Amino acid sequence: MSEPAVKEKKQKLSVPFNYDKYMRPHKLPHIWCPGCGHGIVLKSLLRAVEATGIDKDNICMVSGIGCSSRTPGYVDFNTMHTLHGRAFSFATGIKLAKPEMKVIVISGDGDALAIGGNHFIHTCRRNIDLTAIVYTNSTYGMTGGQYSPTTPIGDIATTSRYGNIEPPFDACEMAKAAGATFVARGTAYHTLELEKTILAALQHKGMSVVDVIDACPTYYGRMNKFKSATHMMEVIEKDGTVNVKQVDKLPPEKVQGKLLRGILHNVERPEYCQQYANIIEKAKGGK
Amino acid sequence: MGEAAAKLPNIVIHEKLCKACSICVDFCPTNVLEIKGSCVAVKNLAACTRCQLCDLRCPDFAIQIFD
Ligand SMILES: Cc1ncc(C[n+]2csc(CCOP(=O)(O)OP(=O)(O)O)c2C)c(N)n1
Ligand code: SF4
Ligand code: SF4
Ligand code: SF4
Repeated sequence: MSEPAVKEKKQKLSVPFNYDKYMRPHKLPHIWCPGCGHGIVLKSLLRAVEATGIDKDNICMVSGIGCSSRTPGYVDFNTMHTLHGRAFSFATGIKLAKPEMKVIVISGDGDALAIGGNHFIHTCRRNIDLTAIVYTNSTYGMTGGQYSPTTPIGDIATTSRYGNIEPPFDACEMAKAAGATFVARGTAYHTLELEKTILAALQHKGMSVVDVIDACPTYYGRMNKFKSATHMMEVIEKDGTVNVKQVDKLPPEKVQGKLLRGILHNVERPEYCQQYANIIEKAKGGK
Repeated sequence: MGEAAAKLPNIVIHEKLCKACSICVDFCPTNVLEIKGSCVAVKNLAACTRCQLCDLRCPDFAIQIFD
């Protein structure tokens, strides 16, 4: 599937891309701060959507609350901006009512893993056919930079002035353990690789989760002494991750402490809407 | 000469959208771009290889490269 980042330039490029096709262009400029990674993730997602060939009116994008959750406001799909942490529950309802619709959940690491942690794990457990994109910037950007469930130990946040003492979640490990059948990670820095990863997630039948590492230069970056958005992308996204396909070829010290990118888990298991349809048949007196 | 000039890429910058974050400037492999005031600007068009990295990593839909 996706090639290592160094080969990105040799791939057939999906750009220049007509983003307007999927955007509500009059809504731009978006609210995200200069250098915020959320816009980069959105662009990769739109190119992946184009590659699926799915009609935009057959897509529903659902989000919770947060800077990341503002995404649906900018796109020309069916969209829902719901309650903090509850995007997965709204999305489950939409998918059950309209199983033929492609439902994409947009969530921040705070939205999906803190207040929405319960909904996240049970949506994974059910293996309902949704694609969840979790924008992991290790902070609550919208509310001013509190630490989130993915903030590394020792890091500064408005709620951890002397360093965070809580160990972070690995969203991918959690999704896999909870029962998601497709689990992957990307970064905003590796934008073409991310596009391919999201495409594979969209094509998967069942619950797919893509954890996307991106940057909040305004809060997490400033409080943790990063010089710029570029600096964050280099240190956290480029040097702080390694593609799962390269792990075997690298000496252990080059992999130690880094987050893995690429498709980390991909299995088949009965999908929830299908199971639900079967049970309706059964209740109607079928076999 | 005229032929070489015709081969230069067309860098389209949307000034109303650019937030001068400098991501495209910093990651351009051939140092084509710079920040001027509150917007990105082209300083060396001839060096552009059309690699598209600036467009790919721009968070603001503000820069695109055409042939
Ligand atoms: C029920 C409820 N609790 C708290 C809030 C306040 N709140 C708004 S956004 C947010 C955190 C968002 O963080 P994240 O999901 O990581 O998104 P980011 O802003 O970093 O993209 C919080 C706590 C809220 N809106 N609703
Ligand atoms: S506060 Fe952080 S997450 Fe929110 S828009 Fe600004 S940079 Fe992005
Ligand atoms: S296309 Fe590549 S070389 Fe040209 S300005 Fe953009 S990043 Fe630089
Ligand atoms: S990456 Fe985009 S917003 Fe940032 S300086 Fe370049 S064109 Fe402007």
